[in-house]
Amino acid sequence: MLAYVNAVISGILIGLAYAIAALGLNLIWGVMKVINLSHGAFIAFGMFAAYMSVKLLGVSVYTSLIPIFVAGLIVGIVAFFVSLYRVLNAPELTTLLSTYSLSLILIGLGTFFFTTNPRAIDTHLGSITLGYSSISYSRIIVGLISLFLAGTLYLFLFKTSLGKAIRAVSQNPTAAKLYGINTTLVLSISFGIGVAFASVSGALIASLFPFTILSGGVYELKSFVICVLGGLGSPAGAILGGLILGLLENLLSLKMPVDYMPFIEFSILVIILLIKPNGILGRR
Amino acid sequence: MKRLLVFLIVALFGIFSTQSFAKDQILIGFTTSLTGKLNAESKAQLQGIQLWVNNVNKNGGIYVKSMGKKLPVALKYYDDESNKERVQQLYVRLINNDHVDFLISPYSSDLTATAAIIAQQYGKIMISTGAAADDIFAKGFSVVYQMYTPASRYLTGALDMLKKYDPKAKKVAIIYEQSEFAKAVCDAAKDYAQKHGFNVVMFEAYTPNTTDFSAFLNKMASLKPDALIGGGHFADGETLAKQVYEQKMSLKLISLIVAPAVPKFKEIGEAALYVTAPSQWEPEATYSPENAKKLKLAYYGPSVKWFADAYRNTYKQEPGYHAAGGFASALVLQKAIEETGTLDSNKIKQALDRMNIMTFYGQIKFAQGKYHGLQIGHEMVYLQWVKQNGQISKEVVWPLAAANTKLVFPYNIKFKK
Amino acid sequence: MQKGYTLFWLLPALIALVIYPIVTNNVMLRETVFLILLSITLSISLNIILGFTGYVSFGHIVYYGIGAYFAFYLMYAYKVSLIVSIVLGGLVSAAIAFVLGQAVLSLRGAIFAIATIGVNEAVKSLINNISILGGAMGLYFDFSIYDNYGGALKAIWLSYYLMGTLTILSVIAAYYIKKSKFGLGLFSIREDQDASAVLGIKTKLYKSLAYATSAFFPAIAGGIFAFKAGNIEPSGAFNLVKSIEMIVMVMLGGYGSVAGSALGALFYEKIKSILLVMPYVKDLHLAVSGLILLIIVQFAPSGIVGFLTKYFKNLRKVLE
Repeated sequence: MLAYVNAVISGILIGLAYAIAALGLNLIWGVMKVINLSHGAFIAFGMFAAYMSVKLLGVSVYTSLIPIFVAGLIVGIVAFFVSLYRVLNAPELTTLLSTYSLSLILIGLGTFFFTTNPRAIDTHLGSITLGYSSISYSRIIVGLISLFLAGTLYLFLFKTSLGKAIRAVSQNPTAAKLYGINTTLVLSISFGIGVAFASVSGALIASLFPFTILSGGVYELKSFVICVLGGLGSPAGAILGGLILGLLENLLSLKMPVDYMPFIEFSILVIILLIKPNGILGRR
Repeated sequence: MKRLLVFLIVALFGIFSTQSFAKDQILIGFTTSLTGKLNAESKAQLQGIQLWVNNVNKNGGIYVKSMGKKLPVALKYYDDESNKERVQQLYVRLINNDHVDFLISPYSSDLTATAAIIAQQYGKIMISTGAAADDIFAKGFSVVYQMYTPASRYLTGALDMLKKYDPKAKKVAIIYEQSEFAKAVCDAAKDYAQKHGFNVVMFEAYTPNTTDFSAFLNKMASLKPDALIGGGHFADGETLAKQVYEQKMSLKLISLIVAPAVPKFKEIGEAALYVTAPSQWEPEATYSPENAKKLKLAYYGPSVKWFADAYRNTYKQEPGYHAAGGFASALVLQKAIEETGTLDSNKIKQALDRMNIMTFYGQIKFAQGKYHGLQIGHEMVYLQWVKQNGQISKEVVWPLAAANTKLVFPYNIKFKK
Repeated sequence: MQKGYTLFWLLPALIALVIYPIVTNNVMLRETVFLILLSITLSISLNIILGFTGYVSFGHIVYYGIGAYFAFYLMYAYKVSLIVSIVLGGLVSAAIAFVLGQAVLSLRGAIFAIATIGVNEAVKSLINNISILGGAMGLYFDFSIYDNYGGALKAIWLSYYLMGTLTILSVIAAYYIKKSKFGLGLFSIREDQDASAVLGIKTKLYKSLAYATSAFFPAIAGGIFAFKAGNIEPSGAFNLVKSIEMIVMVMLGGYGSVAGSALGALFYEKIKSILLVMPYVKDLHLAVSGLILLIIVQFAPSGIVGFLTKYFKNLRKVLE
């Protein structure tokens, strides 16, 4: 029984971190119908930004989240104008390739500067014992920060005028333009926020697990699964999808070999796309 | 007509190229993982080989009787990025473009298995170091020779250790990396465990890039095993040891392959403490000419102390078994070249086939017949990370005859403070 | 249907490329050309679904992997001969694509792209767990298998001849598909699927057939590659990066054009090999390929062929 309690707790905590990564992807899809294939590269960017802050500046990984968020926002806005602005109305293939080329550039530069050697950030926080096994404080902190970020994004989208503008553009870009909303500004800021979330999630993940410059790809694929689970374009869906994925990984693996998880995840992805493409929350 | 012309040009080129390359060095080629997940182990192996080159060239090279002179040795190596596809391309290149005389394997069984195919396809002799899987040597290769004790004899000692220190401990969990080597080790360990009355309560593999072991550890906690054995390579093994520590798993013994035997393992601090590991070689090893005489073997090459000191002086690091294996693999080639007095692949092959020597690295003898090339002379030791005078260091704890300290048992004693 | 002149130059050029390493007996060159031929086959095949029909099959490498595994296993476990194994591998892969196509081709645009990535990853992780297929470690030939082909060195040459033949066949097939009524149907699906259906084109059948054809040639190429390599493993056979490289080649050459796909593959391989051997740029090759791709997508979305035909209208018939 205790094993289940443990699995549920670690599933929820890691699920929240996954959700933050997926939120960034989902926001961008929701607003501009672009699947951001550079998502993984920005997660890796966050990981290495955190690593550099800890190693060079000696700050704690949690302090570094604020500058990483700001940097992600700026980099994201620049990336929007470099790779997407000209091709927003082109067919999907173009935007997919455009964001993918961005990913190649980032990963290529990252490989050049950092090589593909594994790195790790040590938080040394110890762990809390619950019955038979223990949960490290660093996981609990990551879970709490993720929850806070998700809440902040919700408030931003529903309570601020910029947030409302983003939602307006995502629901009906033409109408939004007619009402005098500067759509280019809104789109670039949404992309920036998406990238900022990807980077921060990368930093959070880096505080728990070792990583390489290529690790972003794994979490990018997980983010796809999460977005499809919760519904493409829905921020609340990303949270739900993240939690489902985290719980699934930890609970199912009690009963079956852990190695089957990726197969199950991707099968779920394909099946949901085929039968309920708007996600389990979405309407048909 | 056209054909003739092409033939002439090719032939002419052939003549010129052989004449212009008067043999003035012995070229040894290999790839190494300067980057990628295997870089920690690979780097040590490369340094071992380089130490050998420097030492040989300081003495003017290797005397090749058929040429009547000493030839210096040179290395030609590329970064394989821990990637199989690169290994494949680069070994073809080493053979056909760089015209190396002999090959040494990359690090790890997976990469070596790939390189071995190329070596065999083109018939180039390859000494495999840093590759312990038995499987590679059951595929009919005739020019590949293994330096490491094969995987099937890797973790069996950990089980003997557990039995000796706590005869009542029966439950064993095995968690291993989905790789050629780790699977070979753990399959063999599982068989051995079941044959010796252990109960294998968990036997699971993780994919090579796993970074989050919490699902495995949660499951393991509920099964309450006495010992955890397994692992894979450095990066994953280190993470596993760290997460076992963070989750305060109540284990009596933990023995992981590869990671704890790499000196860099101590960077995880307290989490490294009391972890044990099988090792191909440790600086405390007792191989010596006297020891060889007792076994009626010839001793070849430098002493253990010379190697350990030279390595420390050159690289300011402790030598581990990856470095020793690298040095020894080249030493074996040197021995074969000196013995036959040629660089001819066939004669070198015969010399390797009949080789049975003692070196600083231990005994070296290769199997013949169905498992041609498999290492059958070399033996393992076990080490444990312990704290002495506030310093974390690794000491040999098994077999008892070779041990220099007593095993700290059980592992979970460190949580009871 | 009016015939163009593309094949008149493309085929002789390809044949010359295949023959050159044979005549000069240059092993390194053979290795390079082998990879180029593989890329051309992959890009020509992907173009049938991506360029003709407009479906962005992002995980297309899955069919290469399935074909490779199927053929390899036949040779490995049942000692089936090379030719029979690779052809069966191709047929099985095409059949799987046809069946799977019935479902996934009903998705459109980016959703289809994501679904194909999902299919590739799911198949990869499934094979990771099938122990008779060697799991994550994959399978290795017993070396004696090459004895049936006159030793390993001859076997490598044999796989080279086969790859050359396959490339030429795939180019001919793609060209005739494009020129046929079937091809016309595919292009109309690309322009407006719903209108095509109204006009009486059996869109579902056409799409599935195109999908199956575009799976057939990569599957055979996978079988040849695995035979030559002597081993197979999931992360190499279902490598998503390779899948995306296929798309880049098609885009570089010119979406929809047979000659373009071939040229795109050639140029891409060339750029990659130049970057790979340049000392400092070696680690930057990914970044440079990314930059090239970004420029193409932003400024020349119709690739080399689109660029050429825009300025030299007469070239249209030669670059189909």
